[in-house]
Amino acid sequence: MFWTKEIECAPREIISKIQSERLINTVNRVYKNVPYYRKKMDSSGIKPSDILSIDDISKLPFTNKDDLRNNYPFGTFALPMDQIIRVHASSGTTGRPTVVGYSKNDIEMWSENVARCLCMAGLTQNDMVQVAYGYGLFTGGLGLHYGTEHLGATAIPISGGNTQKQIQLMQDFGSTVICCTPSYALYIAEVLNEMGIDPASLKLRVGIFGAEPWSESMRKEIEQKLKIKAIDIYGLSEIVGPGVSCECTYQAGMHVNEDHFYPEIIDPETLQPLPPGEIGELVFSTISKEGIPLLRYRTRDLTRLIFDQCECGRTLVRMEKCKGRSDDMLIIRGVNVFPSQIESVLLEMSETEPHYLLIVEREGNLDTLKVQVEVQEQFFSDEIKELQNLSKKIKSNIESTLGISVTVQLVEPRTIERTAGKAKRVIDKRQT
Amino acid sequence: MIIKQLSVFLENKSGRLSEVAGLLGNAGINMTAFSIADTSDFGILRAVVSNPDKALRILKENNFSVQLTDVVCLICPNEPGALAKALKILEAENIAIEYMYAFSTGKSANIVIRPANVQKCINTLQNHKLELLNSSDLYKI
Repeated sequence: MFWTKEIECAPREIISKIQSERLINTVNRVYKNVPYYRKKMDSSGIKPSDILSIDDISKLPFTNKDDLRNNYPFGTFALPMDQIIRVHASSGTTGRPTVVGYSKNDIEMWSENVARCLCMAGLTQNDMVQVAYGYGLFTGGLGLHYGTEHLGATAIPISGGNTQKQIQLMQDFGSTVICCTPSYALYIAEVLNEMGIDPASLKLRVGIFGAEPWSESMRKEIEQKLKIKAIDIYGLSEIVGPGVSCECTYQAGMHVNEDHFYPEIIDPETLQPLPPGEIGELVFSTISKEGIPLLRYRTRDLTRLIFDQCECGRTLVRMEKCKGRSDDMLIIRGVNVFPSQIESVLLEMSETEPHYLLIVEREGNLDTLKVQVEVQEQFFSDEIKELQNLSKKIKSNIESTLGISVTVQLVEPRTIERTAGKAKRVIDKRQT
Repeated sequence: MIIKQLSVFLENKSGRLSEVAGLLGNAGINMTAFSIADTSDFGILRAVVSNPDKALRILKENNFSVQLTDVVCLICPNEPGALAKALKILEAENIAIEYMYAFSTGKSANIVIRPANVQKCINTLQNHKLELLNSSDLYKI
């Protein structure tokens, strides 16, 4: 099923042509309307007339989250406020939040892109979509909500949290789709299990999961526990929100809506573009947005792009599941550690669940990594040696994956915080 | 003759044991005997209680990792050499003991044993005319 087949299956030349036109238009607009961009381009010696096609994009300077913070709240907007009909903001876990503004056309463009994504994921107007992302400044809830409506499906705007109610509505309304973070999906599965409800008795068939990195093994677990197809959707508020890219039903990478969001992969150290297929930092330029167009915005997400045509027939470039965020990455004794690696190890072991917490500390000059893992009831043994063996096994599996030594601590079930939003997986005590 | 012992996973931090004791106490469940096995990170509380099934349910409801484990309770005279005699019998039959703990009440001593093979242990001790407590008796002590 295609929402806009002429774009989604277009030959590369057609896409490049659209991208070139839109990029040139965007560069001209921001140069004219955004003092921040004019200054930045002037100081890099770039004029709008230097940009003749999409291939010239690498001449443009990058935009960082800090640039948005420094121009807080509306300094990077390209339209006067009377043309802005909505704002959203990032969670702002560190420092000021980053604020984005949408024109009327932007909201339509966003809804269109989310609808395209949902269609890719196999949704139709017959679906009953439970939107369990938070509604509010966060783009997740409203983004999926408008996209669902645009598709013509039924939106259930329940927002995040209140798990009992989520389950009640799944039963009473016959929700066929759940949209939330993957960690919350696992939590819902846990509560269903506690309540003695068989997921197969629900009409749920698809999950649209995003807003945090998750592994392939986590996908398998969610699919098996909730009896659904788990689809990865990608987006970030700076670019538009969810709907920048999404998997089709083949689940073979996320199709980027590249007629609106142009992706590049760069080396995060040298900032040079990397050849197609290499893993690096994902950089996006918005080429159709009016409210706050961003050029070469550094997402800090690490992934690679796949340019082959997908089995589904789409030619839109695909991005692989993110390997983690470069600012989420821990460097422990010189080794790069992604929490998602540890999650994969735990998921691959039949004895553990992916409820873990990483604690990084510095003892003297040595960084230490402690992994707390919950002892699930079904794996609890009342013999010390069995538990010590379990702990040793987790330790050696993690160590062989990470290549550094770790300590493993078994903790009681439910001691690691569950959240309806992004799961907190790391406590880094080195910074204080 | 099989006694159902309650086994609870405890993190090695203050207040955990007292929470378990409080939950059981509030439910009117008495602990006849208990021991704690500990490592630097965690401990396991093993307890013989008056109502193991109820205790299991209450602790589960409070998110503890908990299970019931089959154990044997041997009664022997509270005097030198009594334990040695019982252990020799088990040794002769190659019955491995995972762990044990004991409490004495006046003239007799009660020894809770977690053997590798519970039924074989019971049969062996009974064949040697050693006295075992049955569950209904133990919970009343």
